[in-house]
Amino acid sequence: MKKHALASAVVFLLLGAAAYGALFVAPTEKTMGTIQRIFYLHVSSAWTGLTAFFICFLANLVYVWRREPRWDWLAVSAAEVGLVFTTVVLVTGPIWAHPVWGIWWTWDARLTSTFVLWLLYISYLLLRTLVEEPDRRALFSALFGIFAFIDVPLVFGSIRWWRTQHPQPVVMGGSGSGLEPTMWYVLLFSWGAMLSLMALLVRARFEFEAVRGETDLVRREAEGV
Amino acid sequence: MKNLNSVFAAYLAGWGIFFLYYISIARRTAALREEIERLKNSLKRAK
Repeated sequence: MKKHALASAVVFLLLGAAAYGALFVAPTEKTMGTIQRIFYLHVSSAWTGLTAFFICFLANLVYVWRREPRWDWLAVSAAEVGLVFTTVVLVTGPIWAHPVWGIWWTWDARLTSTFVLWLLYISYLLLRTLVEEPDRRALFSALFGIFAFIDVPLVFGSIRWWRTQHPQPVVMGGSGSGLEPTMWYVLLFSWGAMLSLMALLVRARFEFEAVRGETDLVRREAEGV
Repeated sequence: MKNLNSVFAAYLAGWGIFFLYYISIARRTAALREEIERLKNSLKRAK
């Protein structure tokens, strides 16, 4: 418990430092001005969400191979946490877009593929509530989770393959892309802080899933008495 | 400092979503732990 509180405090401090870096250390972007500071929260959340979905994908593959409940627990934990990060992306994106584009939302390839990703992982979590038997639930959701991950490369590639309203990539975007060095440091620090938050949340959610597994066993035993 | 309100709104919304989710996990886990204790006690009594 003490360890958990300490980890939470460290993550909180990292997030505070990341926000300080984004608001006070990073230089003001020339074209967009102050509003561009949302970038450090928006992009680091997006990268962390995609990382969580990748962990979910790997855990689903291992579950199909090994059929051990802990991999199913890790998969659902990473999926739910990835969904929370993607929700932050979908909320902060329009707040940034409105003063810059004059609209809250547009159905371009990046925004649409991200919204579809969000819907796919909501479906993944809903599917789990529809199957009662734990092994069948784990297998069906693992297969669906592997399928849902197909959208992740589409989200990544959407601003590289098609013309979009969304800005062009700052990483692997070809000539003309990239960031000023201080902006890079702040972005990478923000991503590190978000990854630490992701680890904290996945750990807490995994613990919940483990307790739920134990509760199911005790409940079945109680029903049999 | 144009659009500073939007920047604060975005950070407040982002942090708020993370905080609410963290609280929801803690509450759900605590509720399950209580249920396990209750079930274990009722099992003991039944045996």
